[in-house]
Amino acid sequence: MSEKKITIQTFQASEHNPTHTAPLGHLQHAPESFLDANTISDISQNGIDSSRRRLLRGSFAAATAAMLMPVISQQARAEEGDPDILNLPPWSKMLGKSVASPSYGQPSKYEANIQRRQSPGLTQTDQASVSFSPLQGMFGMITASGLHFERHHQGWVDVDPRRHRLMINGLVNSPKVFTMEDLMRLPSVSRIHFIECGANTGMEWGNAAVPTVQYTHGMLSCSEFTGVPLSLLLEMAGYDKAKAKYILAEGADGSAMTRTIDLERALDDVIVAYGMNGEMLRPENGYPLRLVVPGVQGVSSVKWLRRIEVGDQPYATKDEAIHYIDLMPDGQHRQYTSIQEAKSVITNPSGGQRLMSQGFYNVTGLAWSGRGTVKKVDVSFDGGRNWYTANLEGAVLPKALTRFNIGWVWDGKPAILQSRVTDSTGYVQPMKRQLKEVRGSRSVYHNNAIQSWRVNESGEVENVQTA
Amino acid sequence: MFKLPKLEWRALIAATAVTTVASVLTACDTEAPLNSVSSPWQSSYESVGRSATPAEIASWDIDVRPDFTGLPAGSGSVEDGESLWMERCASCHGDFADSNKFFSPLVSGNITEADIAAGHVASLNDSTRVRTTLMKVATVSTLWDYINRAMPWNAPKTLSSDEVYSLVAYLLSLAYIVDYDFVLSNENIAEVQALLPNRNGMTQEHGLWKVDGLADVNNTDCMNNCEQAVKVESFIPDFARNAHGNLQQQMRVFDPFQGIDTTQSKGAAPSTSAQVIAEPKAQAANPALDLLNDNGCMGCHQLDSKLVGPAFSDVTEKYIDHPDATAYLARKIREGGSGVWGGFMPPMPQLSQEQAEQIAQWLVNK
Repeated sequence: MSEKKITIQTFQASEHNPTHTAPLGHLQHAPESFLDANTISDISQNGIDSSRRRLLRGSFAAATAAMLMPVISQQARAEEGDPDILNLPPWSKMLGKSVASPSYGQPSKYEANIQRRQSPGLTQTDQASVSFSPLQGMFGMITASGLHFERHHQGWVDVDPRRHRLMINGLVNSPKVFTMEDLMRLPSVSRIHFIECGANTGMEWGNAAVPTVQYTHGMLSCSEFTGVPLSLLLEMAGYDKAKAKYILAEGADGSAMTRTIDLERALDDVIVAYGMNGEMLRPENGYPLRLVVPGVQGVSSVKWLRRIEVGDQPYATKDEAIHYIDLMPDGQHRQYTSIQEAKSVITNPSGGQRLMSQGFYNVTGLAWSGRGTVKKVDVSFDGGRNWYTANLEGAVLPKALTRFNIGWVWDGKPAILQSRVTDSTGYVQPMKRQLKEVRGSRSVYHNNAIQSWRVNESGEVENVQTA
Repeated sequence: MFKLPKLEWRALIAATAVTTVASVLTACDTEAPLNSVSSPWQSSYESVGRSATPAEIASWDIDVRPDFTGLPAGSGSVEDGESLWMERCASCHGDFADSNKFFSPLVSGNITEADIAAGHVASLNDSTRVRTTLMKVATVSTLWDYINRAMPWNAPKTLSSDEVYSLVAYLLSLAYIVDYDFVLSNENIAEVQALLPNRNGMTQEHGLWKVDGLADVNNTDCMNNCEQAVKVESFIPDFARNAHGNLQQQMRVFDPFQGIDTTQSKGAAPSTSAQVIAEPKAQAANPALDLLNDNGCMGCHQLDSKLVGPAFSDVTEKYIDHPDATAYLARKIREGGSGVWGGFMPPMPQLSQEQAEQIAQWLVNK
């Protein structure tokens, strides 16, 4: 899209709406706007013939000259204003690129810093690893699909959807097989939900360990998922209502990820999803089919989903009997820890960033709860002594990320910023010491403690933990 | 909750609502407006999909439960397991499954006879000890299922049932749970379960599973004068400041909160030079790399550092002046080899001669 077109639209809007005249008064008039009313009317009635074309060309020339003259004089006297305003940038004076180049859109090259990243030293192989979402560079509640965090247990695969099947077996009247075409014919739902890895913030149990919100909280994303309710598929297969108590979800990849989900939850709001943010799932996120288990740690949202088995006992699979178990201070491991309890974090400003000057800042962040909706987010600027209630922005949906904002004036003194969410069950996000009192510091998973960011006098923000 | 047309489904919701107030409170109810007319065909989806055949179910239904439902008949000895382990497993996990190089150790010497008697591994309470798989696992079925579905790392689901039995037997022997002459089978696996060192080490008594589970940690939403003394007890030390790379290159360049140049010391004035924009990583527009990715080569090799096998950059360095490097490496890729880099590489017969040469050429020309 050319810059020119946007300029025209803006100016016309201001003409029709005089209240906008003042704020838009600084905009450069587009050359077209130098046409007088008679010429516009003439052209609209009769089209552009050669004489009107000449007239038009004359108008452009005059307008262009009028625009260039002050610019030239101001180049010589830069103190009169911002050179980025006084000297037109190249993109204002060139023909832009054609449509469909590229045919699948990409972010601006100026956004290259905002990428998924691995945390150095966290894993020894790149296939059983994690890439973290750049929460410090994201807005609103939806994660751009290309920035959705990744956690693979044996690498990601690009499954041929024509050869993909979903089987439902076990305690059912009629074991079923569905193709992708079958599944996409069925009644569908579209729901916005977060997916958070159970190990998110797991590196922070003992002490402040990683520098930015990308690494402390970046195993977190939120998307609109489209698919078939699992309850519908279980009904179609005729699950045994007397005996069935659990389901097993299984992936088609090399790791053949398996997770037990209790039947009550399976019938509640679980989606067998193929769509994500308006397109098909990305391969890293389970293309062409994944389970989405809202509010539950991400490992249960099995990617490349190939099979659902209905059973009467839990399965104690590799990722619920060796990994994803939470060590308690008494030496017992909690098994089947699933729910991602209410949690929040300030994403801007956050660790590794710098406040460039004193004054006003919009402090913003994310809050979520695996048990329901976000009711309230409080923010402290003094390490938890005093709290102020933030504004919840946009839609507040169950088991979805919720954006919060609160204004703050930095006076140049050290400050410790924290956020604390209360969810619809009345649960209040705990302080780190409250969490450790019950669970110790070696459970790896389910760290939902209040996060502290210290703003130093230099304006640098760093990850700290308070006593 | 989902609005669905089936009456049983609605009945189920009603039943659920009684027991799970929290979930109902938070569910997004999508009742249609009263004046809407629903489609008469809304419920006619029953014919979509088809029945699964017994052979199809047998092919995919591979899970093994703690009560051994799903466990195929078969057996395997510790002795057979040991030789198979050296061939298929030791390069990643070490000869005695205690390597920490690529994966957490599976076994180490932290299990005692007292643990086996009690069914609980005491050293789990010792924060200085590494927590191995055999210290944690409470169900022997999990070991069988894990190896059967996901191992070996770069060739999962290629082991026979008897081979899986033998590998489980070998692991159990390394933890002194069974003797060296033991033969594990579907007949005696329950006896092994009764000896598993941490068989009593799991609890499901917590509120993080069920829809209506209750929280175990509670805070209040105190608003004023909540914390009397705020003390910072932990922060990232200066020497680790740049451990995650230069943070300036990980933040948006025109953000009100710009990234700190962590190559500079703490508190240094912000650089006045143009903001740094990280160059996107070069995409692998390279058919040889695609072949390496598609054939599991990256499970053992990395581009620039040693994993199980040598780094590709080391292979390049070694053979770049070799006169017949392409032919030699293509043969090694297809036929496998051992001894050159101190390990063993399995043959890759699925690659055609042409594909192997393509990889070999990339290796010597890159």
